[in-house]
Amino acid sequence: MSSGLRILVGVKRVVDSAVKVRVNSTQTGVETANVKHSMNPFDEIAVEEAIRLREKQKGNDKIQEIIALSCGPAKAQETLRTALAMGADRAIHVKTDEMLEPLSVAKLFSRIISEEKPNLVILGKQAIDDDSNQTGQMLAGLLNWPQATFASKVDIKDNSSLEVVREVDGGLETVTSSLPAIVTTDLRLNEPRYASLPNIMKAKKKPLKTISPADLGVDIKARLQTIKVTEPPKRQGGTVVDSVDELLNKLRNEAKVL
Amino acid sequence: MFRSTISLTTRRQLAASIARHPTALPSVSLLTRSFSATRAFRDDTDDTVAKTSLHTLTEDEQMMREMVSRFAVDVVQPKVSEMDEAEKMDPAIIKGLFDNGLMGVETPAEFSGAEASFLSAILVIEELARIDPSISVLCDVHNTLVNTVFRHYASDHLKQKYLPLLATEKLGCFCLSEAGSGSDAFALQTRAELKGDHYVINGSKMWITNSGEADIFLVFATVDPSKGYKGITCFVVERDMGVTIAKKEKKLGIRASSTCQLSFDDMRVPVENVVGEVGKGYKIAIEILNEGRIGIAAQMLGLAQGAFDTAMPYMFQRKQFGSFIGDFQAMQHQYAQIAVEIEAARLLTYNAARLKEEGKPFIKEAAMAKLYASQVAERASSKAVEWMGGVGFTRDVPAEKFYRDCKIGAIYEGTSNIQLQTIAKLLAKDYRE
Ligand SMILES: Cc1cc2nc3c(=O)[nH]c(=O)nc-3n(C[C@H](O)[C@H](O)[C@H](O)COP(=O)(O)OP(=O)(O)OC[C@H]3O[C@@H](n4cnc5c(N)ncnc54)[C@H](O)[C@@H]3O)c2cc1C
Repeated sequence: MSSGLRILVGVKRVVDSAVKVRVNSTQTGVETANVKHSMNPFDEIAVEEAIRLREKQKGNDKIQEIIALSCGPAKAQETLRTALAMGADRAIHVKTDEMLEPLSVAKLFSRIISEEKPNLVILGKQAIDDDSNQTGQMLAGLLNWPQATFASKVDIKDNSSLEVVREVDGGLETVTSSLPAIVTTDLRLNEPRYASLPNIMKAKKKPLKTISPADLGVDIKARLQTIKVTEPPKRQGGTVVDSVDELLNKLRNEAKVL
Repeated sequence: MFRSTISLTTRRQLAASIARHPTALPSVSLLTRSFSATRAFRDDTDDTVAKTSLHTLTEDEQMMREMVSRFAVDVVQPKVSEMDEAEKMDPAIIKGLFDNGLMGVETPAEFSGAEASFLSAILVIEELARIDPSISVLCDVHNTLVNTVFRHYASDHLKQKYLPLLATEKLGCFCLSEAGSGSDAFALQTRAELKGDHYVINGSKMWITNSGEADIFLVFATVDPSKGYKGITCFVVERDMGVTIAKKEKKLGIRASSTCQLSFDDMRVPVENVVGEVGKGYKIAIEILNEGRIGIAAQMLGLAQGAFDTAMPYMFQRKQFGSFIGDFQAMQHQYAQIAVEIEAARLLTYNAARLKEEGKPFIKEAAMAKLYASQVAERASSKAVEWMGGVGFTRDVPAEKFYRDCKIGAIYEGTSNIQLQTIAKLLAKDYRE
């Protein structure tokens, strides 16, 4: 293999974080028609980190290529274009209109990875639509690769080792691992750049390959069944109590927390 | 001469048909009438073009719009009020515009630009104006006036020298108006005299947007006042060639955008800095302002949308008489009306931009877009203040700022009267016998 490292980043198209999500009329999911979508924010951080590594790494540790991968409907290509405009070199689109569970995505990724053989895979820690927080971990399991989740700092050393600072309850944990490895990003890893206008125009000319789950020989049938999706109950207004006694009384007899 | 050949009955039939079809306008001659019936339509059929609405953007236009919208909200918005109060543009924001490629939207890639469409520039200006019309006009003048003059008229030498600078670090401005020449722009007095391999420029300019921060000035001056407008010539001037800021204006609106009076005192400009031909500056100015107006339309459109977006959420937070104010029918009808007007302004603006991109006549449509968008901006921002009641009148919310900022739309790059005159002149040409 030629010198230099290759990074694969996962990007998912999700309902934009600024959109007020509404449950659809059949209560099977959230309304997605005519709703603004964009790249999952944690995936933007993943793309940004790959680009920063390329800007930082020199010599043998040089990043030779950044590949963006998305699984989803035709529109997922827009998300891939955004990744290309941010700085990824080429894109792969696994096209399907099926609802994908984390296990299916992990399987699709593992197939692509066995072909592309990247040294590092960076994914968001979760997608803001289903909040599963599973794909990275499942992928590491399927590939039998080391994983460093919730990364807030990533360093590559000597072409072969990875040092990641993780955000854990109560503080920061520093872990090292060999490459190849899976990293999932946390919010504080970096602040993603804007895709500049010239780079948006250049992204049009970068290669984007489309492939189907069947081509990869992956069964993406859902293992889970969604019974019903409902909105959280409306928040009830609070009441003002006149005395400590009344408060205690309410906590004891109404809220039943004492 | 055709008139005499038409019998009385034909005339009666014509009159009746005109009455039934008020669009087939009052020409009496048979020949003219048959022409005028088709005049209502543009002759621009093209079966190879996919049918799309004006809301259909290319993928890159869509991405740019989203990127600029994020930039405006994340980077510009936190500074808007502070910049307005201080009447000063934050240099970090100007740098942000350069760093993200917003200052060379149409500039070819070989000159470090994005090489994007004209509509992309229009979308950039609109999205910026939704958050701050001041930063929007800075970007507008730089792109649609300054860069475009270089792209269309400058020599290869000037293009190579200045377009990359304008795309990456140096702000430009467009210096046409003077104390005595506003609407009558070609009455300008600034003199340029040829002395060997230099022109020596003397005179002054007024109302020059961006001139407070700019490094590159496009200056219109006459090489020979006896030739009238045919003496007007366009020069590229760098600040250190001798541009002096005589006064910075204090304004009603777009206060963060610098507007200055400039003076030139024996300023020496190399001969190669003439843009296009000597004596053809008037043509450059006319043509550039024709398309520049679409940029101002976009600024006013963004402003209207920004004002609307400021007031609308409040409609469904504020309750009076037990209901949201946005649920009173009197309010519903007002915001529905303004929304229609904003949509109409948007369609006029995008259509003028697309016509220009397609290389079709667009002057009338550009003037219509600028005129109407500035009127809609005024109505929308005025209503936004009212809809928010006392809150809207305070500087705690941007509604009052949009209201102050809107007024400039009826003044620069041709006042509303001048737009109407342009539209009328082009219409009359079609109908006058
Ligand atoms: C904030 C700001 C920024 C500007 N930026 C620039 C810039 O970057 N570069 C530049 O060169 N200029 C710039 N201008 C100048 C601007 O283009 C002129 O102000 C505008 O063209 C009007 O000219 P005037 O102010 O001399 O008004 P006048 O021409 O004196 O007009 C006064 C009034 O008379 C009316 N009027 C004039 N002539 C006629 C007519 N024939 N028929 C009917 N009504 C008429 C006008 O409509 C207007 O209502 C700027 C102005 C402002 C205020």
